[in-house]
Amino acid sequence: MFELLGIPPQALFGQLLLGLINGSFYALLSLGLAVIFGMLNIINFAHGAQYMMGAFTAFFLLQFGIGYWPALIIAPIIVGITGIVIERLFLQRLYQLDHLYGLLLTFGLALIIQGLFRHQYGSSGLPYSMPAQLSGGHNLGFMFLPNYRGWVVVLSLIVCFGTWFVIEKTKLGAYLRAATENPTLVRAFGINVPRMITLTYGFGVGLAALAGVMAAPIYAVNPLMGADLIIVVFAVVVIGGMGSIMGAIVTGFGLGVIEGLTKVFFPEASNTVIFVIMAIVLLLRPAGLFGRAN
Amino acid sequence: MKRLSTIAFVAALAAGPAYAQFSDGVVKIGVMNDMAGTYADLAGPGSVIAARMAVEDFGAEKKGMKVEIVSADHQNKPDVGSNVVRTWFDVDKVDVVVDVPTSSVALAVNEIAREKNKVFLISGAASSDLTGAKCSPNSVHWTYDTWSLANGTGNAIVKTGGDTWFFLTADYAFGHALERDTAAVVEKNGGKVVGRVRHPFPATDFSSFLLQAQASKAKIIGLANAGADTTNAIKQAAEFGVVAGGQNLAGLLVFLTDVHGLGLKTAQGLIFTEAWYWDMNDANRAFAKKFAAANKGIHPSMVHAGVYSSVIHYLKALEALKSDADGTKVVAQMKKMPTDDKLFGKGSIRQDGRKLHPMYLFEVKKPSESKYPWDYYKVRATIPADQAFRPMSEGKCPLVKG
Repeated sequence: MFELLGIPPQALFGQLLLGLINGSFYALLSLGLAVIFGMLNIINFAHGAQYMMGAFTAFFLLQFGIGYWPALIIAPIIVGITGIVIERLFLQRLYQLDHLYGLLLTFGLALIIQGLFRHQYGSSGLPYSMPAQLSGGHNLGFMFLPNYRGWVVVLSLIVCFGTWFVIEKTKLGAYLRAATENPTLVRAFGINVPRMITLTYGFGVGLAALAGVMAAPIYAVNPLMGADLIIVVFAVVVIGGMGSIMGAIVTGFGLGVIEGLTKVFFPEASNTVIFVIMAIVLLLRPAGLFGRAN
Repeated sequence: MKRLSTIAFVAALAAGPAYAQFSDGVVKIGVMNDMAGTYADLAGPGSVIAARMAVEDFGAEKKGMKVEIVSADHQNKPDVGSNVVRTWFDVDKVDVVVDVPTSSVALAVNEIAREKNKVFLISGAASSDLTGAKCSPNSVHWTYDTWSLANGTGNAIVKTGGDTWFFLTADYAFGHALERDTAAVVEKNGGKVVGRVRHPFPATDFSSFLLQAQASKAKIIGLANAGADTTNAIKQAAEFGVVAGGQNLAGLLVFLTDVHGLGLKTAQGLIFTEAWYWDMNDANRAFAKKFAAANKGIHPSMVHAGVYSSVIHYLKALEALKSDADGTKVVAQMKKMPTDDKLFGKGSIRQDGRKLHPMYLFEVKKPSESKYPWDYYKVRATIPADQAFRPMSEGKCPLVKG
């Protein structure tokens, strides 16, 4: 049997698949960030905290007997509403200012939210079990694929391409894109631009919460779960090109795979490889792989 | 007449404040650990509460000792921890640093305490190097260490047939020490280490590492990590059918708070070694009740118990010595006196700084066996104090003569 760099091909297939699964989390999170940046010009550093809130909301719902499936819909809505409140209260005042202000505000909010959750629930996490329908898995020959992970990839792909389709191919998306280019003109056509922007932020936050609910059964639900992930997700968005939706999706999956392979060949470097790639991409294409230079 | 009054004045001065010899009149205890990160529940603010309870129970005020407690967050970073401790020693006149989980930070603090001749009471950190090659006349390693964990858990597992091992190791000082000590126990008992992977600290996704562990066909997957890394790995191992596939997990360092975070459904059956459990006797239960009331219901881990017990013994040594100025002398006094407190009972401190007490092999209860909140462990075996820790002759501690 042939081997590639000492790794049998079966193991390699397994790792590629796992990379794809992790990539689907990156894609889902970076999608939300890209939507928010592309439409609102806000660098949403609270995204990791909102992802964490999604997971916690799923946990709270469980205490009221509401399980995983309804939580997939309810939690993003609840967290999305908190996002709308944040947008109305704070963010809408920042659109005219430099990106830096939005970044600082959302970063501060993220620290406050994390701090509050940590104060209340501690740092060691809360248990959340997998829905019975998705426990177990299939032996694919080269690896054991848990059903849940398969579900994560499928749902993530549907949500990612659904979002891309709505924004790039529908009338609603066209309004939205027009409103980012020239809000005054779009308003003249009788469209309520501020409300559209508010809802877009709520939607982006909802995407983060959805990723949070999806993560709850497999990762520890703890207040720091988002802080660990957010930096990587930002790197993904930067590599994909700030604000580019397709860029966020493709890079999310792609980097998941690259990180997965690093975990086999050089595990110690697996948390730095993404940043190395980011540095290289920024040197060669400062606007990112799919970004348009201004 | 004048001379007489001078003598009287000097005598009054000497007898007056009984503890005037304490540097600036105050014993200052610095509790440093991870206050907000992955180890915040097993140590964190709870360790400050434990230290405060120790000062109260010791009755410092009644004995005329003024004790102050300060605390800081080292964020699990050796550079941050070193800066805090240097400021504490040089500017804030802190006399003793307590707790310090995260071995890389503890090893750094160990050197600073030695250099400044202060006292370092280690509860949270695990590396057995702290009483081995890096042992110091200014440090006491209180609660547990990597050798005792490896010895307790490794022995029990190899003897029940788990003789091939694959390690998932956190890539820093602690993980390396735990892996090294466990591998030694496995090999000594005729087992074999078939592979290892070192994961970044902290990590979230373990699926790739678990797949490598599955491919190794080892009977036992040893988790040489701690906190959220361990809980994430256990959670995902269940998902990937590791146990169903005939392999078993060995959590080499599992804390009460980890089991709480995992839930009994996922954690049941896990076997590991710890130094202390809250539900073992009435004294522990009373301590836990008081502690949990002050700590949002989170029950004490063995690290908290170790902080309590080490601070009490430290204060006893000061009482005997009537001075806190010379760190080496204080630690020498602590070694000279037998230890005795309500949580760890009677024990002693060895020449190399190792505190001796029994260790326990615990098994996590099934959900049906758990009768009340935080009722998680049952005792599988007790490892007596003289067997629980590495023999002094094997530690290569330069302080040990002969």
